[in-house]
Amino acid sequence: MVRPLGILVGLGFCMALVFALVTTVWTMATTPTEDPKNTPYFWQQEPRPANLPSSGPFAQFDRVQLQRGFRVYKEVCAACHGLNLVSFRNLEAIGYSEDQVKTIAAEWPIQTPSVDPNTGEAAMRAPIPTDRFPSPYPNEIAARAANNNAIPPDLSLIVKARAGHQDYIYSLLTGYRDVPAELPEALRPGVGLSYNPYFASLNIAMANPLTGEGQVTYDDGTRATPDQMARDVTAFLVWTSEPKLENRIKTGWAVLGFLLIFTILAYMSYRSIWAEKKGR
Amino acid sequence: MSFPWAKEYQPQNGFMQWMDERLPLPRLVYGAIGAGYPVPRNLNYFWNFGVLAGFALMIQIITGIVLAMNYAANTAVAFNSVEYIMRDVNAGWLLRYLHMNGASFFFIVVYIHIFRGLYYGSYKAPREMVWLLGVVIFLLMMATAFMGYVLPWGQMSFWGAQVITGFFSAIPLVGEPLREWLLGGFVPDNAALNRFFSLHYLLPFVIAGVIILHIWALHIPGSNNPTGIDVKSEQDTVPFHPYYTSKDGFGLGVFLIAFCSVVFFAPNMLGHPDNYIPANPLSTPAHIVPEWYFLPFYAILKAFTYNFLWIDAKLWGVIAMFGSIALLFFLPWLDKSPIRSASYRPLYRKFFWFGLLPCIAVLGVVGAMPAEGLWVPLGQVAALYYFAHFLIIIPMISYFEKPEPLPMSITESVLGKAETPAVGATPATA
Repeated sequence: MVRPLGILVGLGFCMALVFALVTTVWTMATTPTEDPKNTPYFWQQEPRPANLPSSGPFAQFDRVQLQRGFRVYKEVCAACHGLNLVSFRNLEAIGYSEDQVKTIAAEWPIQTPSVDPNTGEAAMRAPIPTDRFPSPYPNEIAARAANNNAIPPDLSLIVKARAGHQDYIYSLLTGYRDVPAELPEALRPGVGLSYNPYFASLNIAMANPLTGEGQVTYDDGTRATPDQMARDVTAFLVWTSEPKLENRIKTGWAVLGFLLIFTILAYMSYRSIWAEKKGR
Repeated sequence: MSFPWAKEYQPQNGFMQWMDERLPLPRLVYGAIGAGYPVPRNLNYFWNFGVLAGFALMIQIITGIVLAMNYAANTAVAFNSVEYIMRDVNAGWLLRYLHMNGASFFFIVVYIHIFRGLYYGSYKAPREMVWLLGVVIFLLMMATAFMGYVLPWGQMSFWGAQVITGFFSAIPLVGEPLREWLLGGFVPDNAALNRFFSLHYLLPFVIAGVIILHIWALHIPGSNNPTGIDVKSEQDTVPFHPYYTSKDGFGLGVFLIAFCSVVFFAPNMLGHPDNYIPANPLSTPAHIVPEWYFLPFYAILKAFTYNFLWIDAKLWGVIAMFGSIALLFFLPWLDKSPIRSASYRPLYRKFFWFGLLPCIAVLGVVGAMPAEGLWVPLGQVAALYYFAHFLIIIPMISYFEKPEPLPMSITESVLGKAETPAVGATPATA
């Protein structure tokens, strides 16, 4: 009984799919194909490699680079982008001392919402090391109002939250181009938008943030070219996305070493136990 | 339990003797996974995956219990509580990456386990019950994994929940009210997140219970083997311990090396970047895709685009998607061939390697792609083959197939004809 019924049901599903297939193919054959030049996909570019030391099986952070990147974040990005999963105290992990962190927090240009200890009224105060980086806008409406209706995303997880990861962030920051002459009208940037072929829609609401050499002053004498600044801030954002990266890689090698020895021993005991059964 | 020559448990000391007379738990373990369970001697490495699946479940339960101590099931804080685990909980990043990739590896192992059963005919008499319980476990796993993916409350969590609970709204008349009742709202929100968390914690223990039934049912006829023929004598079998415990120990090592390579060196490889963006009901991701292990079923859902027989295409898709798994319940009775192992079934073997496996692979790729261009007809052809394979080809194939000759016994298949002593024969006296 099961088999005739099964065949019947199977024929039902297959007929439904045959009809679906025929209509799909018919629609594809009769619909004129769109000129690929009219889709953003045609103009998009693949991210270029950021070549950071934090990639690959021996990944690690270059702390001097992370500090340079933090400087770029502080002087350029922080005006619009928050870092709401990172606390000032976390900066000790990239090589700042406890006192330096206190100073960085106290001198941070954006204040943290607080309560007046005497009156109980809402107030603002300078951040302390245990505070998260304060958001540049009090709320989403303020963020939209200040940015031509686009919300600047929080950067804490940005490297993990975008396909292409650090390569994408680096490419985007260095990817501002002049609008190609043959770009169709519909794909051209509107008011307040900039052309960037690494961005999904080609037109990004963020103006080119890294415009010229020396925009940020580095302590270690590195030349602050836009490419260098983009690379450094990307390295910093890899750290904010995955602060335990070095820990993970180190633990990983120890675990793999242990497992390799375990597996070899397990294999040897398996062979010796089976020797008489397989011996021949 | 299964064969008359199975070794009986002998307590080794006074305490175990005392214990055995009052609560024979050691006796149970001895008979289930100890020396008291005779297993065919010719099992290949594909038979490691049952034990590995059990191990993967243990990893999920242990890491999950600790994660639940730090996770907060509330839409306002769920996303940040996961990041708190990643950043501030001691070894929290390890627990979270183990759990996240543990789900993927659980599915990898279970899929290999299922395809092994399909290839060697482990679903056939007398093991139908083992197979049915296995399909139940698979369904429970899918429900658990789906609800677990919602918990971090990222963009794919939210929109995945939106799409999957949307299946219920395809049911005529009661669909939409049913969906709202299940979600506790019009869209996935705090009520849904809380019930998903509750069920996500409950179902793994239900899975563990069904696994006990699965193993119990397996021990009645005993394990299948690559030849598919029955065990005939004691020399066809070896005791589970130490023969298969040692082999499973080696298999476990290889599994853990693969698993840990991903956990420590590419933990986000199998995930979607969008799930690191907090859920936003006002912003739909460009492509909503489920986790990789659901992609073939998602492709089947998307393949139905025609209102055949005046039934809505969406309803066809939902019925077909559930049907594609439900048909596995009928497989033992759809396949009438008395030969179990595909090693001796030339036609079935060809359809397995050149039909079923490529079809599932294509469905997996199509499931990840947007429903446009050539991906649509490609998915439709693959879905067509999927249903044809299980519901038309398998029921009919045994009429045309001429099985290849089976070996006389398991021992003969291992040692070759010449060296196999005849069953029950006494050594000739010189």
